[in-house]
Amino acid sequence: MTPLMSSFTRLWVGAAAALTPLASAWADHGPLLPRNMPPSYVQECASCHTAYPPALLPAASWQRLMGGLKQHYGSDASLDPATVAQLSQWLQANAGTYKRVSEVPPQDRITRAAWFERKHRRIEPAVWALPSVKSAANCAACHGGADQGRYDDDELRYPAGLTQRQRWMWHD
Amino acid sequence: MSFLLNRARRARRATVPTLRATLLATGLALCASVSLSVSAWAADTSPAAQQARFSAEAKAPADAERGRVFFTSRQGGEWSCASCHGNPPTAQGKHANTGKLIKPLAPAFNPMAFTDSARVDKWFRRNCNDVLKRECSPGEKADVLAWLNSLKP
Repeated sequence: MTPLMSSFTRLWVGAAAALTPLASAWADHGPLLPRNMPPSYVQECASCHTAYPPALLPAASWQRLMGGLKQHYGSDASLDPATVAQLSQWLQANAGTYKRVSEVPPQDRITRAAWFERKHRRIEPAVWALPSVKSAANCAACHGGADQGRYDDDELRYPAGLTQRQRWMWHD
Repeated sequence: MSFLLNRARRARRATVPTLRATLLATGLALCASVSLSVSAWAADTSPAAQQARFSAEAKAPADAERGRVFFTSRQGGEWSCASCHGNPPTAQGKHANTGKLIKPLAPAFNPMAFTDSARVDKWFRRNCNDVLKRECSPGEKADVLAWLNSLKP
């Protein structure tokens, strides 16, 4: 390991480590996807939908989800038992504990959580129905950094097909 | 006003990626040996070999036209294979529920398609359950592969 790191690199790592708390204080919140995300999370879950940050659902919801992958919101998302165990453990360890997510949302859907509905309350039904959006589960339609776990307002983008009026309303 | 605030916020944020990049580079260096051995794609097979495997299981030659009809028709349920993969599946597809983009399925348009036998089995199992409410037969899989393999740019 050590030969890979020059003393220059080590200096920078030290500086970066010292400044990291400051960096996260600047942002609204950092990326929500933990650094230790298993590759199988992207491969198995994010092939059909956004790699949802584990912190967006409470542990009880993840447990129920992973126990019923054969009927996963109308789709068969079944996996081999070893991968299910690995992903379950990681999801449990990184599940949301902050008070706004600790409440179990209806049907264990992130999009039905009170905080989600409040944050998106000004989005018209017609916007959710756009072909470029299709569903509230399609975070990446508007959140440019969703696949990397970034949901800051800075990275919001118009989904294709917004009317001029909806574009004006976007900033309210 | 909010426009100005946003600009200020963006300017401050611009310094953050440098720190992140440094951390990431170090992390990558430390993990290089690990990640090289863990490949997400086994790449142990080819589309032609998968077609041959299913034909052998079905004990019948595959038929591309039958595969095309199978792929593009609904089978009693709400979806066909084409609902997510497109028709023909030579361009990016889109998940019928979530809108998530899906790489082209036809091998000539996606070099990774059908190169990992475990993935082939897993996705046939899942997607056939979604479209047909049952597993597909080897003959149906062979036909679909024959059609997909016949699609060329």
